[in-house]
Order: sequence, then structure tokens, then C-alpha cells
Amino acid sequence: MASSTTADDGAHGHPTGLRRFLFSTNHKDIGTLYIILAVIGGVVGTLMSVAIRAELMHPGISIFPGLAQLLQGVDPSMALDGGKNLYNVFITAHGVLMIFYMVMPALIGGYANWFVPIMIGAPDMAFPRLNNISFWFLAVSLVLVVLSMFVEGAPGMLGFGGGWVFYPPLSSNTGHPGPAMDFVILALHLAGASSILGSINFITTIFNMRAPGMTLHRMPLFCWAMLVTAFLLVLTLPVLAGAITMLLTDRNFGTMFYDPAGGGDPLLFQHLFWFFGHPEVYILILPAFGLISHIVSTFSKKPVFGYLGMAYAMVSIGFLGCIVWAHHMYTVGLSLNAQRYFVFATMVIAVPTGIKIFSWIATMWGGSISFRAPMIWAIGFIFVFTMGGVTGVVLANASADRQLHETYYVVAHFHYTMSLGAVFGVFAGFYYWFPKMSGYMYNETLSKVHFAVLFIGVNLTFFPQHFLGLAGMPRRYIDYPDAFALWNYWSSIGSYIGGVSVLVFFYVVIDAYLKKRPAGANPWGVGATTLEWTLSSPPPFHQFEVLPRISGSEH
Amino acid sequence: MHNRNRHFFRRAALAGAAFLPVLLFAGLAAAQVEGQPAPGGVGLPATVTEVGRETQQFYNVVLLPVISFIALSVLGLLIYVAWRFNENANPVPSKLTHHTGLEIAWTLVPVLILVFIAIPSFRLLAHQVEIPPAKITVKVTGNQWYWSYKYPEDQGGGFGFDQVMKQEADLQPGDVRLLSVDNEAVVPVNEVVKLQITASDVIHSFTIPAFSIRMDAVPGRLNETWFKAEKEGVYYGQCSKICGKDHAFMPAAIRVVSWEKYQEWLAEAKKKFASAASRQRFADAANQ
Repeated sequence: MASSTTADDGAHGHPTGLRRFLFSTNHKDIGTLYIILAVIGGVVGTLMSVAIRAELMHPGISIFPGLAQLLQGVDPSMALDGGKNLYNVFITAHGVLMIFYMVMPALIGGYANWFVPIMIGAPDMAFPRLNNISFWFLAVSLVLVVLSMFVEGAPGMLGFGGGWVFYPPLSSNTGHPGPAMDFVILALHLAGASSILGSINFITTIFNMRAPGMTLHRMPLFCWAMLVTAFLLVLTLPVLAGAITMLLTDRNFGTMFYDPAGGGDPLLFQHLFWFFGHPEVYILILPAFGLISHIVSTFSKKPVFGYLGMAYAMVSIGFLGCIVWAHHMYTVGLSLNAQRYFVFATMVIAVPTGIKIFSWIATMWGGSISFRAPMIWAIGFIFVFTMGGVTGVVLANASADRQLHETYYVVAHFHYTMSLGAVFGVFAGFYYWFPKMSGYMYNETLSKVHFAVLFIGVNLTFFPQHFLGLAGMPRRYIDYPDAFALWNYWSSIGSYIGGVSVLVFFYVVIDAYLKKRPAGANPWGVGATTLEWTLSSPPPFHQFEVLPRISGSEH
Repeated sequence: MHNRNRHFFRRAALAGAAFLPVLLFAGLAAAQVEGQPAPGGVGLPATVTEVGRETQQFYNVVLLPVISFIALSVLGLLIYVAWRFNENANPVPSKLTHHTGLEIAWTLVPVLILVFIAIPSFRLLAHQVEIPPAKITVKVTGNQWYWSYKYPEDQGGGFGFDQVMKQEADLQPGDVRLLSVDNEAVVPVNEVVKLQITASDVIHSFTIPAFSIRMDAVPGRLNETWFKAEKEGVYYGQCSKICGKDHAFMPAAIRVVSWEKYQEWLAEAKKKFASAASRQRFADAANQ
């Protein structure tokens, strides 16, 4: 900056092509890269889930032995064992991909990168080059995860198949002596570093670069959501990093942090993992909370109901999310008092979550609601998240969890919050901001078809899984007793319908780019009050060269 | 307009009320063999322990109605709002953004609901975790991919055996695919049985849904849980912590018999499992 002696704008020129995206320091371009990464991660993760459901459609093992030969070149004589192993690899990779390479890059890297600076009236993120490396760490990390599926994990098998929770000793040399798990650990380190750097960037940007007049209490709720999310990431990812580093040294350098034979404890890993892992689920859903508030307010043409309550509900959800981790561990042999505490603390989370649900409905109450696609997705979000929330209250009770832990009830619960909740948030945000990001309008009817297909698909997939869980079907099973056949069949049908919705989604996007219907600066009308709608669509390469001044109490 | 709203709500409430019992009892109505899952079941499996009955009551009487009511209320509210406040019905939006009374209410009412849930929850939790004096103790060890059992000497045991899933080709009439095993563990009816659970390699989890017990088998730890089965029969469970490629193929099976039959089995089992091979295998597992 200091070296520039002329007033020429060339130093901040508009790079094009490879230079524009590979070396990008522009928050909007980096956001776009993140969204593309999320699409790739989401498509691969979805294909895996459809393969899993195809396997589970009927009792017996049918798909995976062939898949193992096809994908991993497993010898036909080993096909059955290879198939069982590949199934475990798929459920692991499905979880890891959807969390770290789909929902997080879409909501945090994508939408937040795009819109947090714009919503607070800043020209860019605080650390543009840090932003660049955050993205490329994640891209490299994704490559490592994919590579891990093709190197040895369990003896004679390819890939790591121990679930996304990576519990030792299954993830240590006892269960997976091959290098696949080392690849996964390095991938997680990179993804974690990427998220920590990104979070530092968000926190700095939000605290220091808000436009004049935009106090924290006037800041849009999406930015509040990102602020809480970024703090959660900065607080909890180092704990995960420590946990997997100890796992790495256990595996490679003879330490015994998690090996009881050397004075270690496998449960230490679980405590550390879930100290990260539970806040992580709030990291996935809080940004969706934030953008749902904007969408509901925009299309009800009403300001958000109970703005401060909404903001501080997210803060308290973030705080509580950090002190409830062992509710994932009710069956490990925790003492009675420890279980009592975690039951109590976990149930408390229902209160701020309830405040959010009711406030969204109250925002709509008295409004003049136009049912554009983002609003349909947002209303869908509120319903499915409520469904996932109430089964969360069930599972919060250690006494009920004893019956349901590690069954499909849990799978149904967290897919209602994540696969339906967070993903509906992703699509709500996509349709809300796609006209702004691209400058083009999507096809309204097609996007509603997309909603209908996905809504029917995922509900048909996951609602019957409650029944399976109650009846006792354990999760992460490639085969199941014949009594579970009925609901597994319907669940699989649902997942195929969900798979079709991905195609509809691509059609909507391609259609929008082909038809090039101009969106205009503000396609949503009077309800859209945040700063991004004051800019052209797409926004200029650098926005707010003159900072906007914020007055009044519009959020 | 108001009248119509009331009708709508009444109809919604009726639909909800009709929906609940379906969820509650559809599973129980199906003909069911205790100890194994019912085909197409939609509810908790039949139970044969006091803890199991309490768990079922807690879920069916407290949790399920409460969560169904909340979910259906939110759904009803969303439908009502979408119908009443769409832009055709209500072209001019209100500017209402605060209502202190409402905000206090939707903070306090959930707290009361949670307290209502918490009271039976904590009572049941203590019942599950606090182990009453037990006449029988059985040690269960999880291995990749089978369970081992050891019956202590001072209770007429002094032997151990492995329990391996029957392959499909070995199934006899009456066996259940993926659940039946070669050696069932046998315990007496109406006696408190304490299980001591550990693992020899990776983490496994021991569960019998009909007893409402589930306890992780963790290497280096000895976890304890208990049950008192009130009905004779065979009760199946499946490993509930991912443990490698054959995670889905290590069921647990417990046969509950009369005290006399149990004594007979002990005597038989002592002879059957006293062979050096099985003892050695057990010792290996225990030493790991």
C-alpha cells in the first residue's frame, strides 16, 4: 500500500480469469469459491447417502460389495468384506463431507463472506489475504479427505470407516493401523485451521469495520449469528485440534493418551471431541437462524419481532452449546450426578431455541406475507427444525436416551435439524441471495418445485427413521433384521426423491444463467431493508467506497 | 372471520388428537414376539423389566404427547399465519415488533414444560443407574466381532464362553437372521442381574432393548448396569457403537429361564465350556 505512489486504481484493479479466483482477496469472489466447494461437497455427500439408502432398501447386503470393486478395486474374493468396510467408509465420509465441506462452506464461507461485510457496510473483510488462505486450506483439506478413501485403513481395507466421531481405539492403531486415518486427521487440521482463520477474520471485521452508526444492537441478525458462530469456532476448534493431535501421536509416535494399557483413556477423546462436536452443530445451524430471520422479515414486510431477544437467544445458545457436550456420552458410564447435570443443561437450550421459533412466527403475525421461494424454504425450515428440536428434548433425557442412543431415532433427530434444518437454511439463503450474487432471477415456479420435491423426499426419508429407532435399529448398520424392512424401504424411497431434488436445483441454476432475467437491485420490495439491497445486483467489485451512515433502528 | 378461525383450530386439534393414539399404539397392536423387534413397528418394543416399563411410560405418556403437541402447535400456527396474513388477506403489514408479555410467556411456558418433563426423567434416571443388590453377576466383554461372557465361580459359574452370530446357512426354524447366536447367555427370571461390561479391542456397546439397558463396552473400564427380567424368553440386542466392518453382525442374546432351569444350565455349561480352548480364548481376551 505504501509503495503505491500514484493515485491510480490499478493496484486494486479487477483481475480476471484464473488470477481473479486463485489469488482472490475479494470477499465476494472468495464467497463464490466457497459456494462452489459446498456444491461439490454436497453432491458427493448426497451421492454417498443415496448409495447408503440403496443398500438399506432391502435386508441383506447388495450394493456395496460391487461398489467396493468398482471404486476401490477390491479383489472379487474380498468383495463382501470390502463392501462392509466401504459402507463404514461411506457413512463416515458422508458425515464429514456434509458438515465440513457442504454446510459450513455454504453458510459460513459462502454466504457470510459475501454478506457480512456488505450488511455491516464494510468494503471487504478485515484480512483479505487471510480470507484467501482460509479457502484454499479447505480445498486442499477436501482433497485429503477424498484421498483417505483410497489408502489403507483397517488391515487389508481401504479408507477410514469409524464414523465421523473418530473414537479411538477404532481410530487408533487397534482399529485402523493404515494411513487413511492420518489423512483424515491432517484434513481435519487443515479444515480447522481454515475455520479458525476465517473466524478471526469475521470477528475482527464485525468488531472493527461496521459502518458509522451501526452499533452492535443495530447490526443485522445474520451478522450476530456469524459473530456467535465465529466465537464458537475459535473457542472449540483448538480443542478438537488438540484431541486429534494426541490421536496422531498415539498412532505414530507411541504415546498412549487414549490407550488404557499406557494409562490413557479412550473416553478422554470423547470428552474433547464433543467439547468441539456439540458446539459444531450450533455452528452449523446458527448462520441459518440468522438468515431465516432476514427472510421471514423481508417477506412479511415487517421488522424482526423481538430483535434483541433473537440476538441474545443466539448468544445464549452458543454459550449453552459449550457446556452440554457429554449428552452425547450418556451410555459411556458417566456417574449419576454427571448425567443429571448434562440432562439439566441440555434441556435449558430448548428455551432460547423456543424463543427463536416463536419470534419467527410473531414476525409473520400481522405481516403481509408474500410466498416467494425463499419464504417457502424459510417456513419449511421453521417446521422441520421444530421437529428436530422436539426429538432433541427427548434425547436430552439420559433416561430416554438409554433406550434410543445410537439408534435411528438419533439419526432422524439430527437429520431433521441438519439435513432438513441447516440444508433448508442453505437453500433459503441461496434463493434469497442468488439474485443479488448473480444479478439474475431464478425461475420462481421451478424453485418451488425444488422445495416440494426436497421437502417430500427428506420427510419421507427421515420420519420413518423415528420408528426404526424406537424399535431398536442401531445406526451405522449395513444390514438389519427383517423386522425393520418396511420403514427402511420407505426411507430409501424418500432418499431417491431427495436425490432428484438435487437435479431440480441444478436445473434452476442453469436456467437462471441461461435466461439471464435481470434481478435489479432489490427484487424483494419494501421488506428488504438490509444494506445489500441498496447495492446493484451483482454488487460492484468494491462496494461502499463511501461508507454508508446508519441511523434509526432498522435491522 | 373469527368464527372460521375457531373452527380451524378445533379441527386442527381434533386431527392432532386423532393422530396421537395412532403413533402411541400402532406399534403395540402388532403381534409381537418379546425380545425382538416387531415387523413394521412404530413404537418402543415390548418390555419385560420395571425400568423398561417406566421408560415406556416416560416416553409414551410424557414425552411423545408433549413433543407431538408442540410440533403440531407450531405447524398449526404456521398454517394459520400463512392463511391469515398472506398479502392478499392482509395487504398492510403491522409494525408490531415487541410484546413484553408475550416474550415472557414464551420463555416461561417452555421452562414449565421442561420441569414437567424433568421430574419423571430424573426419577427414572436414578432407577436406571443405581444398581440394587444383585444375586447374579455376569461379566460381558465386547470383541471384534462377538461378545464373551464370564460367570463367576462363587455363583456356581467359573466358566466363560463366546457368543457368535449364527451365519445364515446355520439358522434353524425359530431363529432370527442377524440376531440368533450359537451360545445364548442364560439368566434366571425375577432376579436382579448385574452386568459388568468391558471390551478387549475397540469400543462396543451392549444393549437389550426389551430391558431398556444400554452400556458402552470400553477397553480399560469396567462399566456396570443391571436388569430384572420378569418373563422367560430370549431377548436380543445388537452392538450399538461402531466397531469395524462386522459391527452389524455381533448380536447379543440373553435367555431368561426359571431358577431351576438356570441351575441345570449352569451345571451343563460348566462342563461344556470347561474345555481348555474356550478358557484360553477368554483369558486372552481378558488380558488384552
